[in-house]
Amino acid sequence: MASTEVAPGDAVHRGPQVTVDRYTRGARINHWITAGSLVLLAISGLALFHPSLYWLTGLFGGGPNTRAIHPWIGVVLFFGFLGLFIRFWKLNLWERTDNVWLKKIKDVVTSNEENLPEVGKYNAGQKLVFWSMSILIILLITSGLVIWEQYFGQYFTVEQRRLAVLIHALAAVAAICVWIVHVYAAIWVRGTISAMTQGRVTGGWAWRHHRKWLRELVSGK
Amino acid sequence: MFTIIPNPQAKPIDAKFGDKDLIRRSASSITPVAQRQPEVAKLIDVSKCIGCKACQVACLEWNNLTEEVGVNVGVYDNPHDLTPNTWTLMRYTEYENPESGNLEWLIRKDGCMHCEDPGCLKACPAPGAIVQYSNGIVDFVKANCIGCGYCIKGCPFNIPRISKVDNKAYKCTLCSDRVAVGQGPACQKACPTQAIVFGTKDEMKKWAEKRITDLKSRGFKNAGLYDPPGVQGTHVMYVLQHADKPNIYAGLADNPRISPIVELWKGGTKYAGLALIGLTAAFGFLHHIVAGPNRVTDHDEQEAKRLAGK
Ligand code: HEM
Ligand code: SF4
Ligand code: SF4
Repeated sequence: MASTEVAPGDAVHRGPQVTVDRYTRGARINHWITAGSLVLLAISGLALFHPSLYWLTGLFGGGPNTRAIHPWIGVVLFFGFLGLFIRFWKLNLWERTDNVWLKKIKDVVTSNEENLPEVGKYNAGQKLVFWSMSILIILLITSGLVIWEQYFGQYFTVEQRRLAVLIHALAAVAAICVWIVHVYAAIWVRGTISAMTQGRVTGGWAWRHHRKWLRELVSGK
Repeated sequence: MFTIIPNPQAKPIDAKFGDKDLIRRSASSITPVAQRQPEVAKLIDVSKCIGCKACQVACLEWNNLTEEVGVNVGVYDNPHDLTPNTWTLMRYTEYENPESGNLEWLIRKDGCMHCEDPGCLKACPAPGAIVQYSNGIVDFVKANCIGCGYCIKGCPFNIPRISKVDNKAYKCTLCSDRVAVGQGPACQKACPTQAIVFGTKDEMKKWAEKRITDLKSRGFKNAGLYDPPGVQGTHVMYVLQHADKPNIYAGLADNPRISPIVELWKGGTKYAGLALIGLTAAFGFLHHIVAGPNRVTDHDEQEAKRLAGK
């Protein structure tokens, strides 16, 4: 396939209102499993992170249950994200135009998109979210296993477990911040959320934010 | 000879300390009691220990614990490590003294040191799962423990153990239940040589001094008290024949302190982390107020239509 920006399932529907398929049903289910587990992990993790948030353990049926369930949700997150990674990694590879996009970040935040290079399926910001989440989730699962006292405690020295819990806390903070940026971007750029709920966006949305992707989809027809 | 603590009276008496005497409570901010009770201490004189393990048995007995039948791997240590049931463990070291050429049998009673600056308590995320009484005893409160194992990471002596049965953390209580009614710990009571003595920390230090003078007169010129300042002292202390080398006593920490990694994790990380999360959210909020939503225009839709063609 000559196309570099199009994923299987992406398609343009012509009509009075152009719509574009962006995510297949499988991708959406995969996304929401991952998103749900990330939110549950953030809440259950923060409950143990600081005493002022300990009351959040109530949402999981108390302290011991929170402690027990958090790592298992982590396992769900890991495999969920692995699925997303396999689906999306190729279109998230870094390109030269991504540097240009980043240099013009001022135009990005002020919505002056006509000054930006045309963007494929993902812009540089989305790619950064993708890659930083990939790295952070690897850090979280590895450090998380080391501090999973119930099953893995005996395989690591106390010193290794100390280091792991510090890495886990730092990576968790970073992941939560990246998640906030991700969610905020989806809210701020109106018309984005339908991509993950119904699987499609309007033609205008694709034209405005991912023009190169739209062009390739159209010319592929 | 040290005076033996008399047997308890049969008449029940009120506990001498309890929840109103806390100076620290895990994951909680409390006002420490204004007036501390006299600090207590258990003094373990390694030079007097004969390794009989009566203390180990007394501990199991008093605390109603049962240890699994172990296996012999050719050392006297039995079990081979502290466990959720073994809160105190005799550790045997055969030490060849390079100066005298003598073979010395160093037998150390391992267990919680009841640190004045307890790393376990500072690491614990569960409110009230670890408490410190004003007399210095550090106690685990099972009902509040969630079994996370953070106390293990916090402890500079590698003491707490999590039970596979109920997922709660266990360690020596310094027999807080006995001490509350004027008794010494069970191990102290059982020790046939009075290698273990118990009293106020001041008394114990004075007693240790006598023992150290005695040991020095017998040629142990580095005899001394182990009351490590890195954790602001402990409420379980050792008299060591070689206080300059604690490490030869089955790896007793030379200079214990709460690990800098743990301090970073429980200190800066918490505040910087919460601040960073808050700032990120605030940035989004402000950006939305200032810049407003990024909406698709009719023009965009027309362009898409033009591009898509018929
Ligand atoms: C990916 C697999 C993960 C595993 C296996 C895992 C495992 C663990 C474990 C074992 C603990 C100690 C408490 C407990 O036993 O429940 C913990 C704490 C924590 N986790 Fe995770 N976790 C994972 C992912 C995450 C994610 C994605 C986040 C946040 C977005 C997160 C946030 C936290 C936080 C904030 C803590 C508390 C750290 C502290 O007390 O400083 N975890 N995790
Ligand atoms: S295992 Fe229990 S006592 Fe230890 S840190 Fe966790 S909650 Fe606290
Ligand atoms: S020795 Fe370990 S478990 Fe005991 S009080 Fe000190 S830090 Fe806590």
